[in-house]
Amino acid sequence: MKKQGGMAIFAALIKTLDSTNKTNLKVKALASYFKSATDEDKVWTIAILSHRRPPRPINTKLLREWASELANIPLWLFEESYHIVGDLAETIALVVPNAIEETPKSLTDFLQEMIWLKKQEENEKKYYLFKNWSKLDYYQRFVFTKLITGGFRIGVSQKLMTRALSQATGIDEDILAFKLMGNWDPNKISYQELILEENEADYLSKPYPFYLAYAVESEVKDLGDVTDWYVEHKWDGIRSQVIVRKDELFVWSRGEELVTDKYPEFAAFIKTLPSGTVLDGELLPYPNRQIGTFNDLQTRIGRKNVSKKLLETTPVILKAYDLLEWDGVDIRDRPFSERREKLEALYAKVKSADLPLHLSEKMEFNSWGEVEKERALSREKRSEGLMLKRKESPYLVGRKKGDWWKWKVDPLTIDGVLTYAMRGHGRRSNLFTDYTFGLWNQDKTELVTFAKAYSGLTDKEFKEVDAWIKKNTLERFGPVRSVTPHHVFEIAFEGIALSKRHKSGIATRFPRILRWRKDKKIEEANTLEDLKSLIPNKE
Amino acid sequence: MKTPLLQFTKKGIYCKEADVYLDPWRPVDKALITHGHADHSRWGHKQYITYNKNVPIIKHRLGDINVSGVDHNESILVNNVKFSFHPAGHIPGSSQIRVEHKGEVWVFTGDYKTEDDGISTPFQPIECNTFITECTFGLPAFKWIPQDQVMNDINQWWAENKADGQTSIVFAYSLGKAQRVLKHLDPSIGKIYTHGAIENMTNVLRELIDFPETELITKDTKKEAIKGSLVLAPPSAHGSTWIRKVVPYVTASASGWMTFRGARRRRAIDKGFVLSDHCDWNGLLESIEATGAEKVICTHGYTDIFSRYLKTLGYDARTEETQYEGEVPEGEIAKNDLLNVD
Ligand SMILES: [Zn+2]
Repeated sequence: MKKQGGMAIFAALIKTLDSTNKTNLKVKALASYFKSATDEDKVWTIAILSHRRPPRPINTKLLREWASELANIPLWLFEESYHIVGDLAETIALVVPNAIEETPKSLTDFLQEMIWLKKQEENEKKYYLFKNWSKLDYYQRFVFTKLITGGFRIGVSQKLMTRALSQATGIDEDILAFKLMGNWDPNKISYQELILEENEADYLSKPYPFYLAYAVESEVKDLGDVTDWYVEHKWDGIRSQVIVRKDELFVWSRGEELVTDKYPEFAAFIKTLPSGTVLDGELLPYPNRQIGTFNDLQTRIGRKNVSKKLLETTPVILKAYDLLEWDGVDIRDRPFSERREKLEALYAKVKSADLPLHLSEKMEFNSWGEVEKERALSREKRSEGLMLKRKESPYLVGRKKGDWWKWKVDPLTIDGVLTYAMRGHGRRSNLFTDYTFGLWNQDKTELVTFAKAYSGLTDKEFKEVDAWIKKNTLERFGPVRSVTPHHVFEIAFEGIALSKRHKSGIATRFPRILRWRKDKKIEEANTLEDLKSLIPNKE
Repeated sequence: MKTPLLQFTKKGIYCKEADVYLDPWRPVDKALITHGHADHSRWGHKQYITYNKNVPIIKHRLGDINVSGVDHNESILVNNVKFSFHPAGHIPGSSQIRVEHKGEVWVFTGDYKTEDDGISTPFQPIECNTFITECTFGLPAFKWIPQDQVMNDINQWWAENKADGQTSIVFAYSLGKAQRVLKHLDPSIGKIYTHGAIENMTNVLRELIDFPETELITKDTKKEAIKGSLVLAPPSAHGSTWIRKVVPYVTASASGWMTFRGARRRRAIDKGFVLSDHCDWNGLLESIEATGAEKVICTHGYTDIFSRYLKTLGYDARTEETQYEGEVPEGEIAKNDLLNVD
């Protein structure tokens, strides 16, 4: 058998990962890849699977135009196909004429070409794409295009990859998780440096892997003696780690994104927090000196250059709840009660400096009944519910059961009317499964759109609604169909806030279908006013 | 305005001049039937006329019906309208129906595909003025892989599973797809077992077509005997208790929908083979061109998109609602496996 190139091996890996739902088979495939691929390709594979691709060399508008040109179809037909397939790279790989060549090049070759390509003129880019699209076989064509467009959704979490890497190298999973965090550049680092050797220089910016809580599964009283637990409110912001080491500040969000530049208000920590301090907490909006909604935070997320005005109207704070490093020493293995004590002592010392730093209030109760009463106050306090943390717990890595639990409040619900439907993406591309819901205006003459939802029904129910939609379509707007108002659905959501960006004037967070209310007529659906009354602490 | 030769009515596609329906979905007096899939041949008509090789198939499905068969390319005259059946290549016994009156010709495809599958009489384009076409896979994303290659992959997959001590289950419709896969399986790899629905239909077709040997799984079949073999089962068997007999197994589906990466995962199937009894994108376009039709009516599938594209090519194209279920992907409904069409 002829020797396969690195790209062919990588494409085969992706195909294997994509064609099984079984975690152990995925780990097995990855581990055997990490044993056989070249060191260079391994670094790139780790980078890709941990979302560290080089920046997009070509924008998607050009990709779509050129793909439809090569496929000899009009752009609108490409767009319709894209809508049904649901994935841009997959659509492109499917519509362009088929080829069968297997490339001898490595994965690293391709990624370096893409870095080079970013700086090229448009016609050079087009030439490069056409050359590869019309040569590579289907799966390599798909993987190649995916490297340009974005992440692989193949059910491989960073944790799963780390496990495979651990199997292949014999290095402990937690150590690997730590090594893989932070800001490393796959184009500059070797496999030796990244994985195999200790690297002191990188240490400065490196966060610790976050410890994540599970949702309470049954009765809280099953967690044992209530006095073994600290209780905090669960804040709805961005989970973040703030690091101060050697006069430098690093702010990491969950999902391991370095976001220091987006939150300049935290620069004040450099002078006030001692070097060798790592805080774990929630980044929250703080307009008018009170905790805002997630909708407020949206105005800050994704904005690199923050205007003075925005800093004034929507400042952020860190609500700290844990201390992971103190005096340059990793104290994650110390009991939570001890870490908390140190955190409180630190807070007491710096409090007078008026920093954007708050302490997440720690509460203790005498009975689970009291805890439940506190949970009932969550919405008023603008939290999502409670966090239960065992006093003795060390700070673990990833999602582990036992010591930390989240106990959210029940979702808010409202009855809305199905008004528009769209085909689902990808796996649901043959069914109308993406729905828009409306609520009645004041005089009940018009349904005003308030939420979109595409999950919460069983496959059987989706099929039933789909068949009904196909028979009750009023109008078609491209992929969207308006339907006769007839069906009422109970919609659940986690949060609600006034919003100028929404037609209804209200933004809901994580809307989903709770159940199909076949028992209700559309006249019985709720009104916008009903929805507004659910907003807590309205001014 | 003169009445069109074929109209789309509540009961089905209707020829007023001859008082005859084509593949009607409500009970009628006289029905011309393209093929044996349940959405095209339904219960309750007083008289059925179809291609003679389709007669045993629909008799097997519908029981005691009043049915007469005609040969391909043979004409029958009803009230001066000339009807004839022509190969559609969709499944064994399948046809297109040609309708001619006063020099005007319409062709209704039912379901069809252009690739020769080795068990159905291959599709032949028929010249016409108006072409009524399905377009189940009327998107440029659908391009079939040659059958030889797909069957090679299936046989290789089977051999690998057998080496791992696993049984291979292929989900395929009991009329058409199951026999197409069966015809090209390599019996030197191992034994081929069947689910009852498939065994019965295959036995009907053995009168016309030569197939490898199969054995029906019954309650007396020994579990150890099945191990490492290939099992042909209808999609409705997926998730049923019947399947426990076959443990340990890996599953596959053979369907055009397997083109989409998400489709296999959605149905919780281990492996997807892209194999369809409908036309792919190019198959549709080439067939339409070959008919020389100026008018095209798109029935089931991605009708909106496909007819819009045909218009840009200069055809007078439109869509009509029917109750053919070309849009229902495999494995979606369990109520009657024959109701599914791909
Ligand atoms: Zn059919």
